[in-house]
Amino acid sequence: MTDVLQLFVAGVSIGAIYAMAAIGFVLLWQTSNTINFAQGEFVVLPAFLMVLFWTVFRLPFAAALLATLVVSTLLLGLLVKAVLVERLLKMGVLPLVIATIGLSMLIRYSLQQFWTPLALPFPALFSRAPIRVGEVIFTREELMNVLFAALVIGALQLAIRRTKLGWAMQAVAQNRNLAAVLGINVSRLVGLTFMLNAALTAVAAILVAPVYLVKYDIGIGIGLKAFYAAIIGGFNQIRGALLGGLLVGLVETYSAAYISNQFRDAFALIMLIGVLLLKPEGLWGIKEEWM
Amino acid sequence: MRGWRALGLLGGGAILLLFPLFLEQYKLYLASLTLVYLILAIGLNLTLGYAGQISLAHAGFMSFGSYAVAILGPLGVPFEGGIIVGTAIAFLWGLVLGFPALKVKHHYLAMVTLGFNIIVFLVLRNWESLTGGSFGISGIGRPHWGPLRFLSDRAYYYYILGWATLVVASAYWILHSRWGRAFRAIRENEMRAEVVGVSLRNYKLMAFAIGSAYAGIGGALFAPLLTYIDPGAFTLDRSIQFLMMVVMGGLGRFEGPFIGAVVVTLLPELLRASEGFYLIIFSLAVILMMLFMPKGLVAAWDWMVCRLTRRTVSPAHPPPPPEPAAVLEPE
Repeated sequence: MTDVLQLFVAGVSIGAIYAMAAIGFVLLWQTSNTINFAQGEFVVLPAFLMVLFWTVFRLPFAAALLATLVVSTLLLGLLVKAVLVERLLKMGVLPLVIATIGLSMLIRYSLQQFWTPLALPFPALFSRAPIRVGEVIFTREELMNVLFAALVIGALQLAIRRTKLGWAMQAVAQNRNLAAVLGINVSRLVGLTFMLNAALTAVAAILVAPVYLVKYDIGIGIGLKAFYAAIIGGFNQIRGALLGGLLVGLVETYSAAYISNQFRDAFALIMLIGVLLLKPEGLWGIKEEWM
Repeated sequence: MRGWRALGLLGGGAILLLFPLFLEQYKLYLASLTLVYLILAIGLNLTLGYAGQISLAHAGFMSFGSYAVAILGPLGVPFEGGIIVGTAIAFLWGLVLGFPALKVKHHYLAMVTLGFNIIVFLVLRNWESLTGGSFGISGIGRPHWGPLRFLSDRAYYYYILGWATLVVASAYWILHSRWGRAFRAIRENEMRAEVVGVSLRNYKLMAFAIGSAYAGIGGALFAPLLTYIDPGAFTLDRSIQFLMMVVMGGLGRFEGPFIGAVVVTLLPELLRASEGFYLIIFSLAVILMMLFMPKGLVAAWDWMVCRLTRRTVSPAHPPPPPEPAAVLEPE
C-alpha cells in the first residue's frame, strides 16, 4: 500500500510536467489548428538555453530563468509564428504538420551538431532528501514539481476565464472566422498563443531537466507523452489535457514498477488506443461532429 | 500526348533494365534501395496522397514483410510465400488500425499510427525467440526459382525491378478505377463524398490497408537486400522519412513517389561530404519546401514537362493543362 501511494506521488509529479506541455499543445490546436509535432523540442530547447545561461554564462538563477523565458518565447513563439504559421495556416492542417516535423528535426539535430550529442547534467532545483509522511516517502522535488505546475496551470485557467484576452482566445477557438468578423485580431492572438505555449514548455523544461538530464533527443519522448495526454484527456479542453497528463504520468510510473519496465512506453499507448476506440473525443473532452 | 507517354515509358524501362549492367556494387545497392523505397512510397501516397489519411506506421508495416521473409526463409518456405504472408499481415493490421480512422481525423490517426510504430518496434526488440531481439536476423536468403537464382546483387536488382513494375502497374490500375476516384473524393471533402454515395467506411479502410500492404511488399524485398535486419531499421524515424518522401515528391500525384524515392535515397549520398549536417540540411529543405513549394517537387517536374512539350508539340495540339494538383486538405 505504501508503494502504491509513493508511486502515486512520483506519477503525479512527472504527469504534471506532461500536463503543461499538453496544455500548450491543446491551446495551439484550438486557436490555430496547429498540431505541433515539435512540442517535445519546444521543451528541449529551453532546457539547453537554461544550461547556457545558468551553468555556462553563470548568471544568477533568477536572471537565467528570465533570460530563458524571454529567449524561448521570442524564438519558439514569435519567430515560429511569423515564419511558419503565418504562411501555412491558410493551407490546412497537413502542411503545418509536415513543417513542424521538419522543425523538430531541425532543432534536434542542430543541438546535436552545434552543441553536444552528450547528456548535460542539470543541477537539482529542489532537495531530493526524503520526506516522510507516515509510511510514505517522497522528495521535495516531486512536491515542488506538482506545486509549480498547479500554480502555472491555475493562473492560466484563471486568465482564460477572467480576462478579455482569454475570452478572445475562447472565441477564436470556437470559430476563427466569426471571431475575426467580431473584430478580434486573430493573427495577433495566434501569435500570443504561440508565445504562451513557449512559456509553458519553458517552465516544463526547467522542471523536467533535473529528472531527465538535458540531451538533444529527449524531446521525442516528452512530445509523445504530451500528445498522448492531450488525446486521452480530450483535445478541445484544457482540463482534458491536465487530466490526460496526470493519467499518462501515473500509468507510466505504475506499469514500469508493477508490469514491465521494457514496455513502459507501451501502456500509455494502449490506454490511448482504448480511448480512441471507445471515446474518441477524449475522457474529458467535448464531442465534435466533422471536426 | 499518348505517343509521348509511351516513348517515356519505353525509354524509362530501357534505362532501368540496362544501366545496372554498368554499375558497381554500391551503386547497384542504391538503385535497388531506390526501387524498394518507391514501392513503399507508392503505398503511402495511396493512403495519404489520395485518401488523405496520415500514416506514421509505414516502417512498422514494412517490418512485417521483412520479418516474414527472414523468419520463414530458413523454414523452407519459398521467398514469394514469405512476401505473401508479410503482405497479408500488413494488410490485416492496416485494417485493424484503419478502423479507428473511420471515426476520427488526421491528428488522431497520426497519433495512433505513430504509437503503433513504437509498439511494433518494442515487440520486435523484446520478442527475442521470434525476432532475435536487438541483434536482429542475419543471413537472410535471396529468392530462387528452381535453377534460376537471384543471388548476385545484379540479379536481385532485376527481381526487385519485377516487383516494382507489378506494384506500379497495380497502383495505376487502382487509381484509374472507381476506387481511385472514390479516394480522391474522400480527400477533397468527406461529407460531400458520402452524400453523393461514396461508402466512406469501406474506401477509407481499403485505402489504408492497401497502402500498408504495399509497405509489406517493400519490406519483404528490403530484407534480402541487406541480408540482415534488426529493429533499428523500422523506427518511427524511418516512417517519418517515408512521409517526407511522399510529401517532397508531391502528394496525390502518380509521379510523386518516383521523385521522392530518388531524392531521399540520393540526397544523403550527394551530401555525404557534409556528414552530420545532412539531417539539418534535410529538415531545412522540408520546411522551405512547405513554405515555397507545398505541392512538392512534382511542381518543378510539371514545369519542365510543359516547357519540353510546348517546344515540340505543334500549336494545333497544345499540351493539356496539368492535372489539378493535390489540394492539401481544404478546411
